[in-house]
Amino acid sequence: MWADVETSELTGWGRTAPSAASVGTPSSTDQLLDAVRCAPSRGVVARGLGRSYGDPAQNAGGLVLETTGLDRITAFDPAAATVTAQSGVSIGRLLSVLADHGLFVPVTPGTRAVTLGGAIAADVHGKNHHRDGSIGRHLERMTILLADGSRRVVGPGPDADPELFWATLGGMGLTGIVLDATVRALRIAIPWMSVDTRRAGNLDELLAALDDADQRRYSVAWVDCLTTGRSAGRGVVTSGDHAAVEEAREWRRRSSPDPDPAARLTTPGWVPPGLLNRWTVAAFNEAWFRHAPRRRTGERQAPSSFFHPLDGVAGWNGLYGRAGLVQYQCVVPDVSTLRDVLTGLRSARTPTFLAVLKKFGPGNPGPLSFPRPGWTLALDIPASVDGLAALLDRLDTRVAEAGGSVYLAKDSRMRPELVPTFYPRLDEWHALRDRVDPHRLWQSDLSRRLSL
Amino acid sequence: MKNALGSPESVALVGGTSQIGLAICRELALGGRLRRVVLAGRPGERLDAAARDVGGWVVGDVRTVDFDAASTAGHDDAVAEIFEAGDQDVVVLAFGVLGAPDGMLDDPDQAVHVAEVNYVASVSMGLRVAASLRRQGHGTLVVLSSVAAERGRASNFVYGSSKAGLDTFAQGLGDRLVGTGVRVIVVRPGFVRTRMTDGLPEVPLACDAEDVGRAVAHALRTGQSTVWVPAVLRAVMSGLRHLPRPVFRRLPV
Ligand SMILES: Cc1cc2nc3c(=O)[nH]c(=O)nc-3n(C[C@H](O)[C@H](O)[C@H](O)COP(=O)(O)OP(=O)(O)OC[C@H]3O[C@@H](n4cnc5c(N)ncnc54)[C@H](O)[C@@H]3O)c2cc1C
Ligand SMILES: NC(=O)c1ccc[n+]([C@@H]2O[C@H](COP(=O)([O-])OP(=O)(O)OC[C@H]3O[C@@H](n4cnc5c(N)ncnc54)[C@H](OP(=O)(O)O)[C@@H]3O)[C@@H](O)[C@H]2O)c1
Repeated sequence: MWADVETSELTGWGRTAPSAASVGTPSSTDQLLDAVRCAPSRGVVARGLGRSYGDPAQNAGGLVLETTGLDRITAFDPAAATVTAQSGVSIGRLLSVLADHGLFVPVTPGTRAVTLGGAIAADVHGKNHHRDGSIGRHLERMTILLADGSRRVVGPGPDADPELFWATLGGMGLTGIVLDATVRALRIAIPWMSVDTRRAGNLDELLAALDDADQRRYSVAWVDCLTTGRSAGRGVVTSGDHAAVEEAREWRRRSSPDPDPAARLTTPGWVPPGLLNRWTVAAFNEAWFRHAPRRRTGERQAPSSFFHPLDGVAGWNGLYGRAGLVQYQCVVPDVSTLRDVLTGLRSARTPTFLAVLKKFGPGNPGPLSFPRPGWTLALDIPASVDGLAALLDRLDTRVAEAGGSVYLAKDSRMRPELVPTFYPRLDEWHALRDRVDPHRLWQSDLSRRLSL
Repeated sequence: MKNALGSPESVALVGGTSQIGLAICRELALGGRLRRVVLAGRPGERLDAAARDVGGWVVGDVRTVDFDAASTAGHDDAVAEIFEAGDQDVVVLAFGVLGAPDGMLDDPDQAVHVAEVNYVASVSMGLRVAASLRRQGHGTLVVLSSVAAERGRASNFVYGSSKAGLDTFAQGLGDRLVGTGVRVIVVRPGFVRTRMTDGLPEVPLACDAEDVGRAVAHALRTGQSTVWVPAVLRAVMSGLRHLPRPVFRRLPV
């Protein structure tokens, strides 16, 4: 029997609410099975690269199985543009494997350091959600290890247990451990992005610019949450697509400088407390806003700087000090709720760097899938900010009233009572979970905290 | 589970009638997540009243558990009962006795009692609770020490020495538990206006039980492991600590 586990303390990316578990990193599916079979009474949960902000990949007093040892690509058909990989493979790794064949991942979150399993468990979305939906739409099938020790191949088709398939997308690891999945990749012409940038002086301009930008495959806006008055809600919209061959020719003719000098910055291990305060952050936001071009189109960018700008700054979550950080990401169906949420944040004067704003397209059949039509706003806030708990609870109430939702992959503090409001099909998901895991083998700090 | 902003869903107060302990519970309830409270104490009207009081501001399960600090033989059962309802996110050790001021020079039996309740019982409960918290892989043990632990004083040296023992114990326990998911917070209040200090002459920097509640809630949120109440006592005590004995003895504190 494989029992290579060690007690250690884990947190999510926000570095809040640590808990200890027996942690193992199986290097084969058999080892994983062995470990699951002798699970402790406090259950098991899978952990990918720990990029969720809160506690879904923690299991206090129980077993946590890291999937990063299961990272083989098991089948790749460049002609059909499909790739099958074990769940511990990272999006970054998939990107580099696909790149050599003129392919790209169909959906990438804002960091490439997430695993395929983590991306599935959160049903992640990217800057192309308005057009391509979340990752669930691009999977042909996946193999899930169920609580009874059996493996099941599921997919969206009617005879492949689509209920289990969709309940796993966004199911935060609580339906079973995804062993592998088959992804349909996107064909691209050349490995460059063609990017448009537009600066908007207030929220109305920003929303209009974002609407325009949705013509492109990828679009997102950065909003300054501190500035008040006439410039409230100012920001910068970036949009783009994989560049076409003609664009590359044009760039060569104008001999644009090579972007992305691969500079890798690291943050110091120790940061004076209080470095991130309202004033330093406001100064940063100002400089950043002034630096953005008023309008620029067709700029050449490397995919890494377009999709994963923060990956260049290793360990940036350490900047938030001992108390860590909270990310708040909600989706609201209408502009007036969005305004209220932004006003709430502004009046509390939380030191937030830029918030990310994006318009979602339609959702998918996953009962716990987060994306749904409307505006999604995501921002990082130091957990040490006074009054933060009450502020976020107030925002939650407003979001709930409007029929919006808060993202579980980012959550670390929502009220358990609001889960059924944020996820109206929670009952359906519970029924499915009762079917596949009647004895609650899969447990996490998140499932305990929110009584999922 | 405690959330990212330090709001617990369950709290056990050992010394279930302690005014400071109840103020901590009340402050934690303001986080809006508290659904289960256990009050462990000597059975009686005071404990029942405390439970009714807590029931007024906690929506959920409030229960009492029999606990006598002076009889360590019963501590295993008490801890088992405290954890019966499920995980405990925060356990507060708030029992304690002050002893008669100045009186203990001629009353070694009372002094032994003070030492037993404040120190021996805390070691006994501290270790047992820590074992349960370790099993669940998370949780915070809040220990009520005192500024009196900092330096022996003519007026309350038995109490002070018992708190000094407790304080050193709790600091070391916290260090021992690093990496287990369990945290220990050592709280050092100055003069707090509660039943314990009722009738004593007030000293400078006196505060209320609610001040201690707020400071503990703040520490849970920020991960602070030593809490002085009021906070300025930390600076004050670091000065007083180095005063020569004859000078310290004459201070009106
Ligand atoms: C800088 C940054 C930017 C981000 N940007 C975005 C974004 O743009 N869009 C977006 O949607 N998200 C975004 N995220 C969130 C991130 O994509 C998700 O939290 C994702 O789940 C993290 O994957 P992981 O491998 O780190 O998983 P972990 O954080 O380790 O785990 C997350 C969940 O997945 C489960 N899980 C992991 N592996 C498996 C498996 N094999 N089988 C079953 N369950 C499993 C875990 O149990 C847990 O519930 C971002 C995060 C960061 C830090
Ligand atoms: N007040 C201050 O100025 C001050 C300052 C620094 C530190 N502290 C410490 O803070 C803690 C709480 O004090 P407080 O101010 O809240 O006073 P309190 O209201 O008098 O609380 C004392 C608690 O100890 C309990 N207790 C005493 N002996 C016990 C025993 N044998 N078994 C079980 N429980 C027993 C009491 O229970 P009963 O109701 O059954 O008696 C009561 O719950 C104490 O440890 C104290 O030393 C207080």
